Order: sequence, then structure tokens, then C-alpha cells
Amino acid sequence: MKLKQLEGYLGEVAAFKNPKVQLEQYPTTAHLAARVLYTAESTFGDIDGKAVVDLGCGCGMLSIAAAMMGACSVVGIDVDSDALEIAQENIEEFEVEEVVELMQASLCHEAASTGSLELDNQLVTPMKGKFDTAILNPPFGTKPGNKGIDVLFLQAACSMATGAVYSLHKTSTREYLVKKAESWGFECDVLAELKFDVPMMYKFHKKKAVDIEVDLLRLQPKRKQV
Amino acid sequence: MRLITHNMLKCHVKNCDNPDKQFPLRFKGAELEQVEAERNDEFLVRMIPRLDWRALLITTKELGIELPENIPEEPENDDAFLQALHTAILETHVKEGSMVCNGCSHEYKITKGIPNMLLAEHEI
Repeated sequence: MKLKQLEGYLGEVAAFKNPKVQLEQYPTTAHLAARVLYTAESTFGDIDGKAVVDLGCGCGMLSIAAAMMGACSVVGIDVDSDALEIAQENIEEFEVEEVVELMQASLCHEAASTGSLELDNQLVTPMKGKFDTAILNPPFGTKPGNKGIDVLFLQAACSMATGAVYSLHKTSTREYLVKKAESWGFECDVLAELKFDVPMMYKFHKKKAVDIEVDLLRLQPKRKQV
Repeated sequence: MRLITHNMLKCHVKNCDNPDKQFPLRFKGAELEQVEAERNDEFLVRMIPRLDWRALLITTKELGIELPENIPEEPENDDAFLQALHTAILETHVKEGSMVCNGCSHEYKITKGIPNMLLAEHEI
């Protein structure tokens, strides 16, 4: 499938009806999703015939793109029932039920002692190494109580995938994430610098549209030195 | 939800930690649907070591799905085995029902094929 073709198809993926501010629900554009999945497959061969996990799948844009680029199995995980309902409709619309399934789960919870966010290890650890590739457009952690959620999602992705992780993060966090990736035994490359187009969706948005500088990162386990 | 995914779900309620009881989650009132999917042998063979075979046998028996007791020495050359595996883990969808933890009895509901792994405040 060609890039333009993929982007064309993905233009039909339905977005959030009533996006929730607290969950940072911003739709991943067809333009962006097409580029991420097209690159992941054509440059790196990380999608076709692979088991893929989409963390924070929302309405399923990335998951559907992965199915269209030949993934054998895609699991989209999200916390929100409303988003998952739309994702399910999209899956049926695109006739990818044989490949894409959804799960409602929260990857994180508040640590009892500190009150800050941590991964639900009892949920995430059993999924370790079950997938080949992880794709995600995680919440950035800009809402109260969500600080660090972007790092936790990335960490969960690195645990679940044996191969590559494709994730979108604010460019301002790049240095920090590269160091974090190293500490987990991963190399981290910036595949592209993008502008994430956030149109006026919420009441508190004053401008018509805002461009946030975002990095498309590709992480993979470091090769062991022989 | 397909069985390939059920095979990676453990009960994660706070303090529920008996490994024998919290996995696999036992199906209750499961409504199944077989959805045909293209078979990819390379994919199947690669997934085998990632499956908890003991748990998969327990679950498929519970649901009345055929699955060989043992993994053959050369699964890539065993067409019957691969077909049974493919049907069991990729074509068997649980649409409705729930998954129960044999340890703490927590029930995770499955609605329209989507398992709900969310917990109440006191269970986290």
C-alpha cells in the first residue's frame, strides 16, 4: 500500500465525539498515522506479519493503520469506554476485526505511598515480550495528576515489545527520554520532527490552532556487544 | 478478545498474588464467535514460545476448543498443529461473558469483545 493511499483510507477513521480534557484526548491525524506506520513498515519492516500493541489507542487510528500495513495481530489498549466504542465502530467499518482487538485497561495508577503515577506492574509484567512492535501516541502528561505518564507509557511499550517501539513525544522532552531509554537498555532515534496540530477543541483553548513540536521516536533494544 | 490475548491476562487486584490461582482467568458465561483470519505460519511459529501452553490448554478445554497437548518438535512442518493453533488463538473471539480469578473471585467483564480490566479504588 502506498503512503498516499493509506492516508486516504485513514481519513475515514472517526474521531472522539466528546473528547475528555483530563485524558488528553487529541485525535491522531490520518496524515501522522500514515507516516508513522508507512515508515515503520517500509523502512524497518516492523509491521507486516507482526504482533503489534497500541497503547492509549483512543479511537484506533494507529491500530487500523497497522492492520492496513499488514500486521497479523493488533491489540489496542485504552482506559476510556467512549473512545473504545468509537474504535470498535472504526474496526467494523474498516473490516479489520480479524486482526485488531481492543482492551479496556489503565496502565498506570497512583502509588499508594507517594501519590505520583506508577505503572500497574501486575497488569503490565505478564505482557512482557508478547508483542513484536509497539506503537503509541501517549498522553503528554500536561494535566494535573498525570505528570510523567508519557514516560510510563513508553516504559510499558519497551517492556511489551521485543522489537521496536514507535512513540510520539514533545520535542522538549527529547533529551530526558533518550537518557531514560538508555537506562532501560534501549537506543532511541528521532525519526522525524513534527508539528502536532491541535485545533481548538476545548473551551480553554484560546487560539484557533496550536502547533506543538513533537518527535517521532523509534526505540529498539541495544544490541549486546560480543 | 481472542485467546492469544487472554493468555497474557493475570488478575491484578491488590494483594491477589497466588500464581496458580490468578492465571489463567476462568471464563464464565462466555459467548464465542469464530472469525476466519488469514493464516501466517511464520507468525504462529514465532508466537509459540510466548504462549503459556499450560494455561492455553486449560482455557481451550474449558471452552471446548481443540488443541494438541504437546507442541511438536518441528511445529513449522506440522500443518495440522498449526491449523489447530491458528484457530484456537487467532480465530476464537470471546464476545460476551466474564473472566473470573480463581484466587480472589474478581470478575472482569467482556462486552462486545472488549475485556474490561479496570479496577475499583480499593482493588488498586
